Amino acid sequence: MITAMTFIIALYIFMLAAFTGYEVISRVPSILHTPLMSGSNFVHGIVVVGALTALFNASSVLEQIVGFLGVVMGAGNVVGGYVVTDRMLAMFKPSDKAAPQKGAQK
Amino acid sequence: MILLEYIVAISALIASGLLVYGLKRMSSPVTAVSGIVTAGWGMLFVTVASFLGIFSVSEAAKPHLVVNVILAILGLVIGGGWAGWKGRSVAMTAMPQMVALFNGMGGGAAAAVSVIALTGPKETGIVPLLVTVAGGLIGSMSLSGSIIAWAKLDGRMNKPIRFGGQRIVNAAVFMLTVLLGIMAAFLYHQDGGGIATLLFFIGALLAGICMTIPIGGADMPVVISLYNAFTGLAVGLEGYVMADPALMIAGMVVGSAGTLLTVMMAKGMNRSISNVLFSNFGEASASTATGPQKEAKSVAPGDAATTMRYASSVIIVPGYGLAVAQAQGKLYDFVKQLQAAGVDVKFAIHPVAGRMPGHMNVLLAEAGVPYDMIYDMEDINDSFADTDVALIIGANDVVNPSARTDKSSPIYGMPILNADKAHQVFVIKRGMGMGYSAVENPLFFQDNCAMVFGDAQAVLSKMVEAVKALGTS
Repeated sequence: MITAMTFIIALYIFMLAAFTGYEVISRVPSILHTPLMSGSNFVHGIVVVGALTALFNASSVLEQIVGFLGVVMGAGNVVGGYVVTDRMLAMFKPSDKAAPQKGAQK
Repeated sequence: MILLEYIVAISALIASGLLVYGLKRMSSPVTAVSGIVTAGWGMLFVTVASFLGIFSVSEAAKPHLVVNVILAILGLVIGGGWAGWKGRSVAMTAMPQMVALFNGMGGGAAAAVSVIALTGPKETGIVPLLVTVAGGLIGSMSLSGSIIAWAKLDGRMNKPIRFGGQRIVNAAVFMLTVLLGIMAAFLYHQDGGGIATLLFFIGALLAGICMTIPIGGADMPVVISLYNAFTGLAVGLEGYVMADPALMIAGMVVGSAGTLLTVMMAKGMNRSISNVLFSNFGEASASTATGPQKEAKSVAPGDAATTMRYASSVIIVPGYGLAVAQAQGKLYDFVKQLQAAGVDVKFAIHPVAGRMPGHMNVLLAEAGVPYDMIYDMEDINDSFADTDVALIIGANDVVNPSARTDKSSPIYGMPILNADKAHQVFVIKRGMGMGYSAVENPLFFQDNCAMVFGDAQAVLSKMVEAVKALGTS
């Protein structure tokens, strides 16, 4: 009974999260499509947490090897996703905003 | 121990909130920069908090804990260090393939979690096992598919691989893999379960490869976006198996957001997703060699530059060739000269210019081109007819008029920029080669069109010199 209930709750989480994702992305200007793809790529890097937990609980050599590979790939996803997104978004600092800031510093 | 579990759970809750909020901020140009920072803090927080999990590991894992923690730290340093170095050092033009690669790694990590769930000693019911199989399948396909996409965009794999009956073979591989996956779930911890699991993952990796190899390079952005959604979904499913709501939420948010993004990208090319995945785009190329073959006119860079210097309006259509030549900075130098001479210069960006929607905007922004000079297709398409010169740099398919007129053309129906309607068209191009869709472009043979052959960087340098020689009046 408890497992059935947790399964149902999981379905609710999935449904609400799916709507959230839809709402977050809709009505986005096309210039942000690439940075957003990269940004969402970063967000699913949270899988590294799952890989870490799996590795911590590893009790055989096979699990240790696979878990280690999982952590390497997950960490690559997180860090790579962040760096690439950050570099892309750095281009979006609007020029008209940057100019008065420079003036203010002087 | 209960307290510790609460701390881990609460930090995961805060982190998933920060991740979704960060993604929301990333969807507006004004807040985008702070969005990734917000999401970054969330990620750092949840990763650090996950180390508290070492105090509540299963009995079986306790003797191995020290080794496991060392492996974990090593893995974070190696994976994160390599990706960080790679992500920083790679050129802006190579960003799309980097996204593909990092996305594939995420899919691989989800698959690894699935492997452990299918082989590990933890007792679970059949439902979580089937969910694990689904996540493992999607994650593995995302891993191998993304690597193929990366290879294609990186120029390591140039030709789409197609053969007769490919769709049937692909479907067979996929069905067999699903069957093996179901077997692996039901034979969990029984004879043959290990073999079924192994074969299942091999099949899943193969399915990802099969699905991606027939798709041409021009469609890779859509495919990468799809695999991005795949990885998100896989992470969400593995999150359920690991009973980790943060993974479930972050994964599913990306799964649905990525799907929507994929649909929007496909729409930009006037195609459906099934059309991208299952139609053999460009197959008609063999037959396009027919038709009137005129000689394309060619003109020296200096002459073209002079024409533009004395024009009153110029629209520039940048494409992937500009990105490859790394000539965006040089282009802006040239544009500044034209502006100084009183020419009205605008940039027209096709939704899929470059290799991804928005990629070209990023490259132009890198060169310092202000926003108000850059126009989307819908906003500028009617202006071409009143424009003196359209300068096309390294773009081809997005200005191919046969998309408008030729029903037999494989790109028929794709929205294009009406550059052919300008009074004069200059095309900077390395040669008469065809675009990614491998379709002949009748624009190049039009009377009002002249080709400027050469590498965009070299041609623009000559143009800058030519205008400088004329002096500013």
